[in-house]
Amino acid sequence: MIAARDLSFAYPGGGFALKVPALDVAPSERVGVIGPSGTGKTTLLNLVAGMVRADAGALTVAGSDLATLDDAARRRFRATHVGFIFQNFALVDYLNAYENILYPYRVGLGLRLDAQVRDRARALAEACGIAHRLKSHPAALSGGEQQRVAICRALVTRPKLILADEATGNLDPETKEAILDLLFDRASDMQATVLAVTHDHDLLPRFDRVIDFATLRQPA
Amino acid sequence: MNALFLAFAHLRWTWARSLLLVVVGALILSVPLVTQVLLRGSEEALTRRAEVTPLVLGARGSQLDLVMSAVYFSQDRAQPVTRAAEDAVWDSGLALPIPLHTAFQTNGARIVGTSLDYFDFRGLQVAEGRQMALLGEAVLGAQVADRLGLGPGDTVVSSPENLFDLDGVYPLELKITGVLAATGTPDDEAVFTDVKTTWIIAGIGHGHDDVVTPDDAGNVTANAAITQFQRITPENIDSFHFHGAASDYPLSAVLVAPYDTRSGTILRGRYLDPENPLQMTVPAEVVAGLVDRIFRIAALLDAVTLVIGIAALGAIGLSLFLAWSLRAPEIETARRLGAGRFMILRLAFAEIALLLILSAGLATGLVTVVTMNGDSLVAWILAL
Repeated sequence: MIAARDLSFAYPGGGFALKVPALDVAPSERVGVIGPSGTGKTTLLNLVAGMVRADAGALTVAGSDLATLDDAARRRFRATHVGFIFQNFALVDYLNAYENILYPYRVGLGLRLDAQVRDRARALAEACGIAHRLKSHPAALSGGEQQRVAICRALVTRPKLILADEATGNLDPETKEAILDLLFDRASDMQATVLAVTHDHDLLPRFDRVIDFATLRQPA
Repeated sequence: MNALFLAFAHLRWTWARSLLLVVVGALILSVPLVTQVLLRGSEEALTRRAEVTPLVLGARGSQLDLVMSAVYFSQDRAQPVTRAAEDAVWDSGLALPIPLHTAFQTNGARIVGTSLDYFDFRGLQVAEGRQMALLGEAVLGAQVADRLGLGPGDTVVSSPENLFDLDGVYPLELKITGVLAATGTPDDEAVFTDVKTTWIIAGIGHGHDDVVTPDDAGNVTANAAITQFQRITPENIDSFHFHGAASDYPLSAVLVAPYDTRSGTILRGRYLDPENPLQMTVPAEVVAGLVDRIFRIAALLDAVTLVIGIAALGAIGLSLFLAWSLRAPEIETARRLGAGRFMILRLAFAEIALLLILSAGLATGLVTVVTMNGDSLVAWILAL
């Protein structure tokens, strides 16, 4: 699913730089990424998602060579192949839970909102246990409910890759277990790969594999 | 459609801010148009009425106050004249004088004391009920009747000139006998009664119980507790009487309708002497000067409106920019989910477009309402 070789990236203006000699993630694999803050874990997710382009090296995700894609193609790739889950949930405050789940179809390039998508959104909400909260706005939802909505939003496009950046960082221990179970179950249903950055070492046994970023990257 | 959906959802979520922006936008768009509509309407109404009012005789002083008070029943108060001024016109045999006494009000409407000639002169028709015939009777302008919900058989009470003048004129109950057909002129906003009735309101004429009571010996004694009548009825109308010389009774002005052009010119010549306490004005000339001044001020007003509009648009722009800045996390999320710059721009433009459409809709509504009620609004403005 992900194959990276001699990947390097530096933010304009210097300072932080990331080098990844090799990274391979298999389809449907659930990979946890750990490491100290500031080592570039989120930058790696951004590279894999096509948010930023690598300065050098090869990066293939879901069969697409990201180095060769222009901006529009990378946006289309991101909209159709990648699902994002954030630590702060990143829900849109003025939309209710149902419309938040459909949000990728409102803004994503190449996605078309139709009756099938709406049915899928409702089915996901049912599976995630928030069907009764679909008319509620984020401010009226608990942290766990908000993250369930975020998971539905990440899965509604049926992505091949789910990127989670500290997805359970803002949740209590019981909720984070439930959320991770939910994420893995739904990802398994869709045969999606999960690449999840986490600081929570208690959750590591749940992953198929854990990459320690301190050993993965090379200092610039 | 997606951009419009999101823009509408955001505007609805921040409804108070959106409402404020829409109202401000609508005001920016509509105020210049409304001003133009009212100015044009006022000009037409002023000019039309002035041109069918040949001459106005009144006390020397501000010609504008005299014309506004006598022709448009405005709040402007020219110095009163006496009935002798009306008699002088009668005696000249050159014109028909129509007395006007406009010192009093009722329920915010001007009470116009006049003669029946006024109704013929203005071409006013009674649409409901009958013309006034007796002391204490009144006919209402169409707007007044509509606003107060009154008609024939109802009554109105004259307002005191000054609330703090306890010794001032007594209120008099006027019986409404008819309602005039609407004309779209200040006549719609007036309450008409006979000029003698306004003199009763002024206290020059009154009716009361007998002031003398004969005793057994045939002596008469003045009754210390005289009861003045506040309403004129068939039973007490004969007790009403006037004090003083009739030629001294006050009038606000006299409308003068010359029998021909020559007569009008002769009459005007008689009041040219600056030592004469009376003046004869030509309303059309006075109003032409007023309109000219109004439109010069309107040009200045347009410039001020433009500056205020630009400042308000700047404030709206800043408000939208700040609101957009607050949405940075949402924009970042949208970008991560595959939104490009074009989509983000469409979101911003959709919101601005919706605000503009709503503002334009509200502005159109305001302008339409003002245009549809232009005559009434102009009549109200002229009566101020």
